[in-house]
Amino acid sequence: MKSLSEIDTTSKRASRAAGYSWGVAEEIGKNIRLLELFGLEGIKTLNQYYGVKNKEKFSNLNLIIENNISDKYPYCPIILGINFLDQIRTLEKFKKITFNKISFPLLLLPFLSRSSEIIGKKINIKFDKIEFLLNLNVNISSNLLDKNCPEIASNVEINIIENKDNFTEQDWKSLYKLSEETFVDETESLKQGAAGAGLTDND
Amino acid sequence: MNVDLRDPNIIMKLSRLGSFHQSKLSFLRSFLDEFKDWEYKRDLFSLDELGYGTAVYSFKKKDRIYSLVCFANKIDDEERSDRVIATKWDAAFTLHDGVPSKKDIERLRNEVPKQEVGRLSYKELTLSRANKSVRVFNHVVESLSNGHQPDLNLLEKVGYLYRTTAVYGSGKFGLADRFRIKNREEINGPFRLEMMLVYLVRQFTFDQVNHVSKSKNPKTAVELDPKICKKLGIGNSTGLGMAPFIVNHPTLLNNWIMSREIALKKIREIKKINSNEIQVFKDSLRKSIKNITSWNSESEYQKKKINSLLEDVQKFLKFIETKFNFEIDYPFNEIYLWIEEKTCDECIEYIASMMLEPFDYIVKPLVNQMSSEEDKYFTIPTDRNVEDLRNIIEKRYPDILKINFTKKENNKNFWFISKNKEEPRYADRFEETGSNLEQPLAIARDIKKLHSQLMVSKNSLTIDKFLAQNNDLRHVVRRAFIIEKFPYSEIQDNTIGKNVIPIDMLRLKLSFFGALKFDPRSDKWLRICMFQGAPLPNELKNFDQQWIYNS
Repeated sequence: MKSLSEIDTTSKRASRAAGYSWGVAEEIGKNIRLLELFGLEGIKTLNQYYGVKNKEKFSNLNLIIENNISDKYPYCPIILGINFLDQIRTLEKFKKITFNKISFPLLLLPFLSRSSEIIGKKINIKFDKIEFLLNLNVNISSNLLDKNCPEIASNVEINIIENKDNFTEQDWKSLYKLSEETFVDETESLKQGAAGAGLTDND
Repeated sequence: MNVDLRDPNIIMKLSRLGSFHQSKLSFLRSFLDEFKDWEYKRDLFSLDELGYGTAVYSFKKKDRIYSLVCFANKIDDEERSDRVIATKWDAAFTLHDGVPSKKDIERLRNEVPKQEVGRLSYKELTLSRANKSVRVFNHVVESLSNGHQPDLNLLEKVGYLYRTTAVYGSGKFGLADRFRIKNREEINGPFRLEMMLVYLVRQFTFDQVNHVSKSKNPKTAVELDPKICKKLGIGNSTGLGMAPFIVNHPTLLNNWIMSREIALKKIREIKKINSNEIQVFKDSLRKSIKNITSWNSESEYQKKKINSLLEDVQKFLKFIETKFNFEIDYPFNEIYLWIEEKTCDECIEYIASMMLEPFDYIVKPLVNQMSSEEDKYFTIPTDRNVEDLRNIIEKRYPDILKINFTKKENNKNFWFISKNKEEPRYADRFEETGSNLEQPLAIARDIKKLHSQLMVSKNSLTIDKFLAQNNDLRHVVRRAFIIEKFPYSEIQDNTIGKNVIPIDMLRLKLSFFGALKFDPRSDKWLRICMFQGAPLPNELKNFDQQWIYNS
């Protein structure tokens, strides 16, 4: 088994060899490590991308806007990801950002995961009936179990999810009520003697 | 009184870093302190009469066990090389997490002797190999087997029976990643497990030499006197592999240096020193003279440094014994100001380290601050702007900005990774090929380039937009934001200039390991000694904290 440290170093060096600057290569090393840690196919996908990178054309998107359309080629997931990460504080205000086509979208996920940590909000990405939830860089959940992530994602939608409860008020009240069964009903004597502070603060 | 931390722009110069010495913060000393109440055991010792075979040593406390698995093999004299390009060694070692099963030992027997081309698992924590100092080892065997102790002069000159040529950890060759074990309290200090490996290897070398001597002549053989064992350490040959480490781990480097600087500052701020503290300082200093007089090197460069160190330490000793009054207020501040004015860099750093000796209450809490979560500081704060970044660079890299990199002499060398051994190397860019594959270790040059680019960018431009056009400078943008928070994270020198002595970078790291007797063999590799004078495993429960000055 390869250690995460080996995965990081080799991905970084390979990315430099593939033509990225050292600073970008460092980001890719960390990202592939993250994907593999979360059980996603980082090494395999990076290999696939570098296998076609010089044969096919990809569009580099530097400044991300709300709706991004590349007329000819799919977006390079690395350059898009780097800029998404760097611009996340600006992008946060859009709530929903779209891209018409992104190549090797799995490689974009760690950038979104790290962006989610920076803004303290979950990020959801949807394309072709596939969804990933990037949860503050703590984990990545998906409906893609046991299936390969496609090489091209079309009509990609990225949603920045406002912090809100994942349950109804009714669910909360019901659980809270149950939790109250660990509390002790205070008798008059307990009210007088069990608390540290006095009953009046007006003295 | 408030004493300022020393200026990184002075302390982080290569010539100063190359004059650093071990101290109470050094990793091998803090390792012994941490593991002194662990149960030590030799679990297996299955060597043939020539000393080849397998041995296992362990440290245990409650449910936690670390086991050193040793494989001693026969190699021919011509196969023995200290260089990293070697493929066979007298002995190979791994530190296993827990008790190795028979199946583990069989697996490790196939992999550990292969070192870099073997594969380890997440159950192994560190990996190393070592070669005998054949001259010393054979002499000791000859002497012991004939019933007498070896020649102390020879032993003192060399200082060890074996020297390691690499110690690997943190995920190399399949070893456990640091994140798997980082929350264990006992290893809350850098390189703890590497130090454990080296310490246990030292004991193996004594056991092996005794075993071979006895096998050679069972009737007359005697064991190596434990007092002599104590005077022996483990040698180490170190090449350029260590140099990139300190550039690639800026927050870790900061935390090492910062801990030492904080200790020094706090000691200088002590108003009154008690008699016991004065005694510990003076005793350590007096005893340490032997460490200098027994420090041998063929290197003219090092010989000069040792001579000025000895001269200055003797001058200082005379000063504190005849003129200095420890009863004055802030005596260590006065001492520091005196050495800074009157002695060489080697001596300043020597005495600075020595000043830590009496002050456990200051030093011990700092030991736990010497690790680092590098990833925490990896993400670039892209909402900051060009003006912020330029200000940081001008404040933190003042001398580097003065270097003219269009001059050939300032841009002479490049760092690269050798394809043959995947090890860092250093070469002249104007005479050798390969500079197009240069590693990102020319930080000074790239910081200067970044600064020039910032000078022609709008102050209010945010870093995300700056990077969209300048991603080739991303690695140094990251570093500049790191140094803003971690002032000792960067070498304040040009690491590719004509006058660079790469072993200065190795010396810095090795001094934090606790190495003694730096012996440069060229400007690119050196030999050192570790654990010389250290207590033996059966003495760990109660040992002299200043043991390092008895070596």
